[in-house]
Amino acid sequence: MSILIDRNTKVMTQGITGKTGAFHTRLCRDYAYGKDCFVAGVNPNKAGDTFEGIPIFATAREAKEQTGATVSVIYVPPAFAAGAIDEAVDAELDLVICITEGVPVRDMISTRNRMRGKKTLLVGPNCPGVITPDEIKIGIMPGHIHKKGRIGVVSRSGTLTYEAVGQLMDLGLGQSTCVGIGGDPVNGLKHIDVMRMFNDDPETDAVIMVGEIGGDDEETCARWIKHHMKKPVVGFIAGVTAPPGKRMGHAGAIISGGKGTATEKLAVMEECGIKVTRNPAEMAVLLKSVL
Amino acid sequence: MNVHEYQGKEILRKYGVATPRGVPCFSVTEADSAARELGGKVWVVKAQIHAGGRGKGGGVKVAKSLEEVHEYASKILGMTLITHQTGPEGRLVKRLLVEEGADIRKELYVGMVVDRATQRVTLMASSEGGMEIEEVAARTPERIHKVAIDPVAGLTDAQADDVARKIGVPDGSVAQARNFMHGLYRAFVECDASLAEINPLIITGDGRVLALDAKLNFDSNALYRQPEIVAMRDLDEEDPAEVEASKFDLSYISLSGNIGCLVNGAGLAMATMDSIKLFGAEPANFLDVGGGATAQKVTEAFKLMLKNPAVKGILVNIFGGIMRCDTIAEGVIAAAKEVRLSVPLVVRMKGTNEELGRQKLRESGLPIISADNMADAAQKIVAAVAGK
Repeated sequence: MSILIDRNTKVMTQGITGKTGAFHTRLCRDYAYGKDCFVAGVNPNKAGDTFEGIPIFATAREAKEQTGATVSVIYVPPAFAAGAIDEAVDAELDLVICITEGVPVRDMISTRNRMRGKKTLLVGPNCPGVITPDEIKIGIMPGHIHKKGRIGVVSRSGTLTYEAVGQLMDLGLGQSTCVGIGGDPVNGLKHIDVMRMFNDDPETDAVIMVGEIGGDDEETCARWIKHHMKKPVVGFIAGVTAPPGKRMGHAGAIISGGKGTATEKLAVMEECGIKVTRNPAEMAVLLKSVL
Repeated sequence: MNVHEYQGKEILRKYGVATPRGVPCFSVTEADSAARELGGKVWVVKAQIHAGGRGKGGGVKVAKSLEEVHEYASKILGMTLITHQTGPEGRLVKRLLVEEGADIRKELYVGMVVDRATQRVTLMASSEGGMEIEEVAARTPERIHKVAIDPVAGLTDAQADDVARKIGVPDGSVAQARNFMHGLYRAFVECDASLAEINPLIITGDGRVLALDAKLNFDSNALYRQPEIVAMRDLDEEDPAEVEASKFDLSYISLSGNIGCLVNGAGLAMATMDSIKLFGAEPANFLDVGGGATAQKVTEAFKLMLKNPAVKGILVNIFGGIMRCDTIAEGVIAAAKEVRLSVPLVVRMKGTNEELGRQKLRESGLPIISADNMADAAQKIVAAVAGK
């Protein structure tokens, strides 16, 4: 088992014919069981065409009906990304993973409001995606740096997730599933949601939680962990050196009104019994120490 | 993106939010004629910079005659205004706002932000106008009233009236306050704002509700559909290095240390900065070259970092995923050659083709120090800069 996705997942790509969508769909299809998983593309202007053998449909609903795909990955440009999520939600998919970076916050407020009470889960936007190693990768992460194992990874940032995976691999530790939840202020799954899933997954033994400055998602997750998590969790928060009021790349990575500092987050995590490190080179070593 | 107070007020007026009458001025002569045009007996001369705390820094003066307007305008225009938000180097004042004086009966606070937890625009209001909201939140949190606004229904009359009463708007002015908040919310949504602060919102002696100050920030992801806001951008208020970086699609922020760092990915960039600090030094910048780091981009990034005379060493930390380490190594070598690099350079690469990448660095003949991991890299650059 794993969380969110596995080798039996059927995926449609929204924005399959764009440069990014085409490039990454190819890499995902060529990873592990990708050929069985990536079954459809969506583009209203190219319905009836195929992308390297993958049929393209006019709408997400049609793609679902024709191929049985229940998960979508989105690479469409920022101005249309929220609309693409809405379409996937209306098609009643199980999961939407939005890779697109730069989606206006107002669009996401409206989209998240439409999602209330719907069954569709959202990962992202502005995220690397989700991978269950040696089974399926949905997103832009380098597949070959991963291997199957029993450690869960959840993170707001892309390359820092790869860094954590790279460190685990140096110690011979594989991963159950790695989830990049993205760096935007208004998004889908948060640390706490992914942590709940790892807690319930019999094939995950421990979790690395990587956070960054801005908001209080890490604190909320930490408080939940304190009372409910049955597995060890270790953490790192990026941005101890970040000055207030400056947006550090990600739209959500900003210390505003004195809130959301790395120091504050680390303190709450420690209070909640999570082992944290201030040295990002030691995430995996720390994890190994709690196994 | 930020705008000046006078621009923020222009935007708000379009949405029916009342403000004192005022004129932006770029010279003392303009300030003189603005005051004459406005008429009345009291004027306020306000420095226009993108930073708060202008009053305490001497950038806001109340003038009781045209002569005083002239005097204050002469003093403030061209001054280097230092506030708690400008840093010790301060900011040169190039623009003024000359406004009619207001008869203030009450000072209140109204703001709007995007709340991450509720995923809605949240109205925040307080009876403690003129104070920093963070300070109010810390000392008297019960005096801050919050309303999460439903994106479909918008701010309702009942919500607006309730908030107005709670912060002490007198009965006779509640209807005006309601219109004010509706206008502010419409401006916030339609202009893709990320933050709006009216501090203070005032009630005048005759019961009018006015925005005495206006601070607006906008969502940079949405600027493509806000040409009128983009036209208000004042590059003088931005760090020239950050402006330069944005031309090359690099995300750069100047910091006060002496070790430049070049990283792919925002999270890894912050983690690299943190590592430098952990081993006793301070980063000179945040620099994310993004996923598709080409040789040209890396070269531009080097040039940018080296424009900062404080930089005494550079740390490159790249996780090569889709982008291979050997390609990155080529970019680093080309950049180091082109800029005739004269400060120590530590490179840490991890991921695809990392061995090949290291080999390229070794064979380049350049004095590049290779590192195995982030901590090793940070220690090596800190030591190199310290001359050890």
